[in-house]
Amino acid sequence: MQSELSVNGVPVKVEATPDTPLLWVLRDHLGLTGTKFGCGMGLCGACNVHVAGQPVRTCVTPLSAAIGKPITTVEGVGRDRVGRAVQEAWLALGVAQCGYCQAGQIMSAVALLRASPHPTDQDVDSAMAGNICRCGTYPRIRAAIHRAAEQLRSAP
Amino acid sequence: MSTHDPSGAGGLTRRAILKSAAALGGLALCVRESGGVVLASQTQLYGAAADPGGVVDNPLVFVSIHPDDTVLVTVHRPEMGQGIRTSLALVVADELEADWPRVRVTQAPADEARYGSQDTDGSRSMRHFFQPMRRVGAAARMMLEAAAAARWGVPASEVVAERQRVLHRGTDRRLSYGELAGEAMHQPIPEPRQLRLKDPAQFRYIGKSSTRSVDGGDIVAGRAAYGIDTRLDGMLYAVVARPAVLGGKLVHYDAQAALAVPGVVRVVEIPSHPLPAQYFPLGGVAVLAGNTWAAIKGREALKVQWDEGPNRSYDSRQFETVLQNAVRQPAKVVRNQGDAVAALQKGGKRLEAEYYLPFLAHASMEPPAATARILDGRCEVWAPVQAPQATRDLVTSLLGMKESDVTVNVTLLGGAFGRKSLPDFAGEAALLSKAMQGRPVKVMWTREDDIRHDYYQAVSLQRLEAVLGPDGMPLAWLHRSAAPTENATFEAGAEGEDQTEYGMGMINIPLRIPNVRLEIPPVPAYTRIGWFRSVYNIAHGFAIQSFLDELAHAAGRDPRDYQLELIGPPRRLDPRSLSDEWNYGESPVLYPLDTGRLRAVIERATSEAGWGRSMPKGQGLGLAATYSFMSYAAAVIEVRVGSGGEIVIPRVDLAFDCGAQVNPDRIRAQLEGACIMGLTVAMHGEITFKDGRVQQSNFNDFPVLRMPEAPREIRLHLQPASFEVPPGGVGEPGLPPIAPALCNAIFAATGRRLRRLPIGNPLSNRQSKASPT
Repeated sequence: MQSELSVNGVPVKVEATPDTPLLWVLRDHLGLTGTKFGCGMGLCGACNVHVAGQPVRTCVTPLSAAIGKPITTVEGVGRDRVGRAVQEAWLALGVAQCGYCQAGQIMSAVALLRASPHPTDQDVDSAMAGNICRCGTYPRIRAAIHRAAEQLRSAP
Repeated sequence: MSTHDPSGAGGLTRRAILKSAAALGGLALCVRESGGVVLASQTQLYGAAADPGGVVDNPLVFVSIHPDDTVLVTVHRPEMGQGIRTSLALVVADELEADWPRVRVTQAPADEARYGSQDTDGSRSMRHFFQPMRRVGAAARMMLEAAAAARWGVPASEVVAERQRVLHRGTDRRLSYGELAGEAMHQPIPEPRQLRLKDPAQFRYIGKSSTRSVDGGDIVAGRAAYGIDTRLDGMLYAVVARPAVLGGKLVHYDAQAALAVPGVVRVVEIPSHPLPAQYFPLGGVAVLAGNTWAAIKGREALKVQWDEGPNRSYDSRQFETVLQNAVRQPAKVVRNQGDAVAALQKGGKRLEAEYYLPFLAHASMEPPAATARILDGRCEVWAPVQAPQATRDLVTSLLGMKESDVTVNVTLLGGAFGRKSLPDFAGEAALLSKAMQGRPVKVMWTREDDIRHDYYQAVSLQRLEAVLGPDGMPLAWLHRSAAPTENATFEAGAEGEDQTEYGMGMINIPLRIPNVRLEIPPVPAYTRIGWFRSVYNIAHGFAIQSFLDELAHAAGRDPRDYQLELIGPPRRLDPRSLSDEWNYGESPVLYPLDTGRLRAVIERATSEAGWGRSMPKGQGLGLAATYSFMSYAAAVIEVRVGSGGEIVIPRVDLAFDCGAQVNPDRIRAQLEGACIMGLTVAMHGEITFKDGRVQQSNFNDFPVLRMPEAPREIRLHLQPASFEVPPGGVGEPGLPPIAPALCNAIFAATGRRLRRLPIGNPLSNRQSKASPT
């Protein structure tokens, strides 16, 4: 069955059953492998993208729920200033170790900063609690989110 | 489809070589001038020279310079988050006088004959390749200088390479590396004794943290390619139903419903391999489809009947009784000084305690995944593996091919922690491609597959007994460590830790106790045992550092002062004097156990943490210090325990001495990560077996630390060290002190002694739940 999606501002057609999780549509059908598989149960956040601006776990989101809504993945998140600021903060602080979970972390961080430009430590912890990093980059993720927030405030 | 040839089992062969080399000890195979440390008076090889792959330091293998001045460095060690692609490249670039922005990195495929040892475990990439990569860079630099001197017709002594150009001092002529590269590669490679390495004062990148990750930009943009990300034309996606019990065999399967799932193309049996499991695929039934989701749905629809085999009744709760019986009776003695048994029976304050560590799963965020294709009689594999050559050997043997017809490309590893040293999943991909007449096949493991079919960190029970003299200091120390051995994965019937396992933090305790007896009971394995970051150091460190804290409190002494007094004055101990014949494969002369460095990290961590400050009820500081992988680590953890048992960690102070520091920022990152992973070990992770099956399946029942539980602050204190001190390991040694430091802190805060990991459940009813977005 053919569906039309809008991914990173580009309209695309995919041939997939409507129950197919958006994760596999992005990765297998569209070749957007930046979005990662981690658990398949919505437990780890590695597969986070934005659908209509909201962070969504694509491993438990069926294709049918994303039709007609703009989708942003890590490949497209740098197209706006919040995404760019987060990516730059990640690089400046050397956040990534293996890097595998970082796409999901970045998508959660960008959603947080869009919703709350002045996040407290507690805001950061609760916004990021759904994202697992097995390498243990949490301290640097916290610092990078604050750095990106500062940078966005100082250069509006 | 055909099965492997057991007689040519590549995985076994390689492992067997390692083991037999260790057993033979003094057998001298060959002495390579470039390889590791070879002492004239000894026949034993150490370091990378003792590894099957050895050392290669030929600049033509690792460096190529392009006419546009790009410097391409080949990194032969897999990248799993430790930053090795950046760190080895910066070593080469520094000695080469290359400009970092022009340096690009390419990942070597599996080929130890060409590149030297690629086996990336044991925290040894920089330990073994810092000097060889310096030599590579320096040799390439000298060849560029020689090419310029030849072109100008001047003596080489009049030219100097600097920042990617060669200058002629007399005439101020200059040529870029790009202009010289073609001629330089035909210059003779300098002999080792002619090499001019930089004085460390001249380093631009080594020790500076001035070089950003070569992969960072790709990672934040979603371009970095891991094993799971391989895509080939016509590729099928495979998900495999494996026997739930190790040693189980397929009896019958019905593929009809699976084949009816839209997108499913074929259902293929993968033959099982007789135990021991080694690196071989577990066998089972693979569903191949046009996309991952169809393969997953297809597997759900399979009807499979198994013969569960000899391990069908294994129960890890009952196994605790086996471990208890094992540690409560005399066993094989591996170190003995004085007469601990007699001393324990004499008067004095006597203490005994048992410490339990469960099986652990690695749970790297990228589950195992690999892709293979066979074309024109050649197999090509893309896989996130820590052991590239072992992967190549395995595929070669499974397919019955020549090694030269098998290529293993090493992708980025989305975490590994030891799991991806064991390439069974790459073997699956190769077998499935063969079954599909060479069509590309990607094998995907779900998280459930990963948790249930890991090579687990061994369960263990540690028993310690001591008797204190009138001054409160121990007169006798008895330690029995009962744990299945990783060898059982490779040799049927292997029982109990071997010298490379009790060699991890048990045998070499440098404590001044007159009577010491260390024993290893035989304990069988009923599942695949593997290596987990810092391996047996976790259990040994937890037990020894907890017990020392118990002894100090029993003696009414401060735990830091007590431990420092037991360590005694600074001295360099030959590990063999502690019955440690292994020493992580390193020279006992180059890498003695330096009690001064151990003391120093304890003093640093405690002083930075404000050790001894008074704290309110429910709060406390705990100390633990360990020596592992040739590095010294001491952690002080501050804990606050709430009335409901909830644990908050305001701060961790971790002092660390790894000798020469090549990339301090990545050392810090590894220590932060080791701290977080150590806290998961302490608080959360546990794998249990019932009816031979793993009872956990995903992050809901195998929780790992999440951000809200992470320490508010991790303060790292790197001990200054000159480049005269040979580098120690970095990836693993930060982990062992974490769990005991936390438990000691909880004791200080609450008076409650915790001897069983993970501690999460007894302290509270907290469940680590995912917070839905």
